Amino acid sequence: MTQVLGDVSQSWTVKNEQSKPEAFLKSLDPRVRLVSCVSFAFLISAMHDLSALTLALGIGLGLSLSSRLPLWTTIRKVVVVDSFIVVLMLTLPFTMPGDPLFSVWGWDASKEGLYRAAEVGLKANAILFSLMGLVGIMEPSVLGHALYRLKVPAKLVHLFLFTVRYIDVFYKEYKTMRLAMKARGFVPRTDIHTLRSIGYLIGMMLVRSLERSDRIMEAMKCRGFDGRFHILNNMKIEMRDRIFAVCTAVVILGLLAIEYF
Amino acid sequence: MHIVDGALSNPVLIGGGVIAAAGVAYSLKKLEPEDLPRVGVLSAVFFVVSLIHVPLGFSSVHLILNGLLGIILGWAAFPALVVALLLQAVFFGFGGLTVLGVNAVNIAFPAVMVFFICRWGITAQQQNLAKLVADVLFAIFFILSIWAGVSLYEAYQVEGATWRVSVNSISLALFALVMIYGYVLYRQKTLSVAGFWGFLGGSLSIFFTAVMVAMSLALSGDEFAKAAEFVIVAHFPVMAVEGILTAATIQLITKVKPELINAVR
Repeated sequence: MTQVLGDVSQSWTVKNEQSKPEAFLKSLDPRVRLVSCVSFAFLISAMHDLSALTLALGIGLGLSLSSRLPLWTTIRKVVVVDSFIVVLMLTLPFTMPGDPLFSVWGWDASKEGLYRAAEVGLKANAILFSLMGLVGIMEPSVLGHALYRLKVPAKLVHLFLFTVRYIDVFYKEYKTMRLAMKARGFVPRTDIHTLRSIGYLIGMMLVRSLERSDRIMEAMKCRGFDGRFHILNNMKIEMRDRIFAVCTAVVILGLLAIEYF
Repeated sequence: MHIVDGALSNPVLIGGGVIAAAGVAYSLKKLEPEDLPRVGVLSAVFFVVSLIHVPLGFSSVHLILNGLLGIILGWAAFPALVVALLLQAVFFGFGGLTVLGVNAVNIAFPAVMVFFICRWGITAQQQNLAKLVADVLFAIFFILSIWAGVSLYEAYQVEGATWRVSVNSISLALFALVMIYGYVLYRQKTLSVAGFWGFLGGSLSIFFTAVMVAMSLALSGDEFAKAAEFVIVAHFPVMAVEGILTAATIQLITKVKPELINAVR
């Protein structure tokens, strides 16, 4: 079974027996994790001090490690982000004016540019790691419920939940259609035929999705849908959530102190 | 197309966030609860579509298709894209959390623009007007390409031509060439009238997105100015690819299920 957004579908009713004890971060309230992560990310993106940013990256790495992320998918994500950072590292010193550090073929590399590239790299990685550690391990539907409890507009949350629900369905449909195309000898190339075939594929997916959404609407009306959804997930703030929130606040204040003093 | 966390300056991040929030609020207000399943399912399809890679020369590009999204969803493109970008940031690590607003505006605003520019040409009952405007547009693009070529030539004649002048003329010429390519396809009957307008929508939205990404980079600091210009030039092949794809999709939809274009009001 393909799961686009990672391993999902924990049972709602039966608590399945877990062989491994749950990671500490996973047991925290999703709202606390979400708010901590967002405030941490905005703080990091506003900072400029390299030592504070390095510390933030360390904290992010710690969060990722303690939430026991799957190794290979994590590495893949980090590589995608860092490939962009490497390009930035190679170009920024040359495009930013400042004290020349060294020169390649008459182009001066500036100290300021290197500094700026390091800053962007640290920021991007620190935010990525804390995001993966705190929010990335959540089930998408739990994330939606947390957003709802945090007073994000209900329509947006419902849109989010619908999207999460149907991504897997349409990914499977896409794979089926690609398999059918392959069975008929379709090989993607750089030509109009390829583009038109993929365009038709997307068109067929849209047509089917519209028909499916009409069936969904009928099924919802049949069950008495009146424009409201009921979010069943009751979230409770416990002692450890409070402790974690206080820790986050201390870390944020500490980083601010390093930044400004 | 995605900007990562940490590159943009604070005013740009805040501005992008405010505009995105306003766009989402306006479109949610317009959206009926009845339409939620439609928009949700369509936005799931567009999420899956963004995972498709199309070969382009030696490498491949992944699709955005914000033109198609705008033509079908209209204003609802804003919340649909915010949801998709949030999912990508959290579960794939593409883009980022703090740049969510900027990325959403950069992709959704062109989509809404295309909705207003191109949709009437696809749904037009009398196609004569749509055809006429297509011809006029071709004339404009033709003149534009000649003008850009001449200014490029002059820039090289004058000693000390700056990088900026030549980049601007090159991108103008490439823009006109992509558009003329679409018109040629339409004249060859590869594209129908609706298909031509789909092409226009698909390629224009990528162009606007590239320009807006370049603007958000350039506004964040002078050190990104060259990168910003490079972003625009690099997106012309993508413009052609997305234009043809959108045209094919629109042609299929107008034949198979024309009511899809009016699915969300």
